[in-house]
Amino acid sequence: MYVLEEKEMSEKKVMLGNEAIARGAYEAGVKVSSAYPGTPSTEISENLVKYPEIYAEWAPNEAVALEVAIGASISGVRAMASMKHVGVNVASDPLYSVSYIGVNGGLVLVAADDPGLYSSQNEQDTRRVARAANVPVLEPSDSQEAKDFMKTAFEISEQFDTPVILRTTTRLAHSQTVVELYDREEVSDKEYTRDAGKNVMMPGNAKKRHLVVEQRMKDLAEYGNTAAINRVEPGNEVGFITQGIEYQYVKEAFPEASVLKLGLVNPLPEKLIRDFASKVKTLYIFEELEPVIEEQVRAWGISCYGKDIFTIQGEYSANMIRERVLKQELDLAPEAQVPARPPILCPGCPHRSTFFVLKKLGIHACGDIGCYTLGAVAPLSVIDTTVCMGASIAMLHGMEKAKGKDFIKNWVAVIGDSTFMHTGLASLENLSYNQSTGTVIILDNSTTGMTGHQDHAATGKTLMGETVPAISIYHMCKAMNIEHVVEVDAFDTKELERIVKEETQREELSVIIACAPCALLKGQKFPYKVRAISDKCKKCGACLKPGCPALTKNPDGTIHIDPTMCNGCGLCVGLCHFDALEKYEKEGR
Amino acid sequence: MMTKNIMIVGVGGQGTLLTSRILGGVMQEAGYEVKLSEVHGMAQRGGSVVTYVRYGEKVAEPIVEEGQVDVLIAFEKLEALRYAHFLKKDGVIIANDQRIDPMPVVMGAAEYPENILENLGKRYQVYFIDAMAKALELGNSRVFNNIVLGMAAKHMQFTVEEWLGVIEKTVPPKTVEINKKAFMTGYEQ
Repeated sequence: MYVLEEKEMSEKKVMLGNEAIARGAYEAGVKVSSAYPGTPSTEISENLVKYPEIYAEWAPNEAVALEVAIGASISGVRAMASMKHVGVNVASDPLYSVSYIGVNGGLVLVAADDPGLYSSQNEQDTRRVARAANVPVLEPSDSQEAKDFMKTAFEISEQFDTPVILRTTTRLAHSQTVVELYDREEVSDKEYTRDAGKNVMMPGNAKKRHLVVEQRMKDLAEYGNTAAINRVEPGNEVGFITQGIEYQYVKEAFPEASVLKLGLVNPLPEKLIRDFASKVKTLYIFEELEPVIEEQVRAWGISCYGKDIFTIQGEYSANMIRERVLKQELDLAPEAQVPARPPILCPGCPHRSTFFVLKKLGIHACGDIGCYTLGAVAPLSVIDTTVCMGASIAMLHGMEKAKGKDFIKNWVAVIGDSTFMHTGLASLENLSYNQSTGTVIILDNSTTGMTGHQDHAATGKTLMGETVPAISIYHMCKAMNIEHVVEVDAFDTKELERIVKEETQREELSVIIACAPCALLKGQKFPYKVRAISDKCKKCGACLKPGCPALTKNPDGTIHIDPTMCNGCGLCVGLCHFDALEKYEKEGR
Repeated sequence: MMTKNIMIVGVGGQGTLLTSRILGGVMQEAGYEVKLSEVHGMAQRGGSVVTYVRYGEKVAEPIVEEGQVDVLIAFEKLEALRYAHFLKKDGVIIANDQRIDPMPVVMGAAEYPENILENLGKRYQVYFIDAMAKALELGNSRVFNNIVLGMAAKHMQFTVEEWLGVIEKTVPPKTVEINKKAFMTGYEQ
């Protein structure tokens, strides 16, 4: 273990959980990092680039990211991959196998779960995946631990010859707390020696490795019984076994309670848990999402409260303990009944223009993961399905094979450029190979938008800021034998409408690349804004149909355009039949 | 001292993150333990967003829960109403007197409540300002947050110098002067 006290303390800084993870990687001597952006993990990589000692990249998807890190580890350096929880599904193929292989240089996968679904399509618990893959999991409770546990994770990885998962949640990843910073510990590169029995996973080798993995997990469970990251905080006769951010809620609501705070949450330390349970009268297992600790504790015959009084869905809180454990009447004011404010596409978003055209043509869309998932909600309501990264294209194909070509003549698949590069490519390959007649629209806004503008192979820039030749989406589609590949300006609604009509009716596979940069990208502002001329407005509401948040109705029914929100895309101008909307030049700034 | 709880609410894109960072900076420089919690990702796209800031001798959880907020800073009126139940009984609301219609209101599926700030004033201490209008007077609509923050600062124990010092370190260098001016506009209301 690192003995922090012996080192010279340099600085204290308030850091985002993700920033602290990057700092931890730096201090631990990491040399290689690969990742795919996904909330709440994105800022890890964005902070890693601050450290020139680390090579950090965006990979096309999480499987590739983990495989890059595995390669770096086997070659002999400390390496990491980071991703959101659903990214771990994509990376699960290499994950399950690298569990058998183990490491040379330490290998850490940072997996960011999203209890409460702030920005995800499900609420899965990475601890379940880790148990299935036989990979140890560390879980920090604040930014300080996020940094420290990164170092511990690399030590465990090398000591037990195993990949290690550092699990975070949205609340931890996006909270800022104080962190003490230390210098980087340069870890000397390990020598690479060929070891096919360990590094080539085929049946004969894997059989032997499986036995090693089982023993390793037993050794890790034993280690957990005495490891400093699993800590008992003695208190009264009420006991909590907890972990992660949930620990803070226990300390907030019930500081007198006895606490077993687990830092190593997989495998679980049986002796330590039995000992703790025997010293308290009532035992609560306080863990967000799945009852992973609870099921194991009950399997050991220890009685406890868990999901019978707490929830599986959503985030926990201190009030939950006050109400359900301490039975306090909280006397809370009632929540006001007010209109919801769901997220919406930004003013000037090119996806709005594309969806408006699809809506007008009465087209259904198989959707995908990105800002454009918001095309599912009113008033656009174009997207009928969203499953996972890349699913849109393959699902359209499935519909056609199930119900025939005519069924999909008023259907398209919509997918963003980054998502297309992530897993859309393989799906499109299938449509070409298996003779689909579908229409795929790639919403190319030149960035990974939802997660806050990350580059990818088709943007021509790397995470570390290098300019590289951009891979052409157009030419990749052409290389898949797709004859009809059309690029169109997403804001040219007339042309887009013509093309969509033509391509959806055509009984051949086609790809429409609807291009226009994300409205929030730097340097992508239109030189205009739009204003409404109330004398000319006939109050018909035609301009409101695309659902731009900059447009609202005045009390008299005429249109008001908020000049601080209008981005000047001009989509609304083309919808007014009475010339009541006009562009004007922005004042110089 | 008891831990103080501040909640910043608004509409995604209004810049709640910058305000929370200034708040956090001031508290940290004054020697308190500070914890902040933010929202990134999809909710930032025009949705209702919440940022928590807590400071004190020792702070455990990074979020502020219902019934615990000392100062609610609202960048939009409807959001002030949406989160008012998070306030303590003697809590203070500092609101930007601006209306941004959420999509259900724009589409006519819901009505924007009338007289929000006046009604909230019957239950809580409410201070409000049309910060957007003031910001436009100063020449940059984007500094409206610091006008609201200036108003909120009067309800916290830090000095003007402490606030301005942190603003200087936090905002982009080219905008330091106008942001300081914005802060003072709110502070002197």
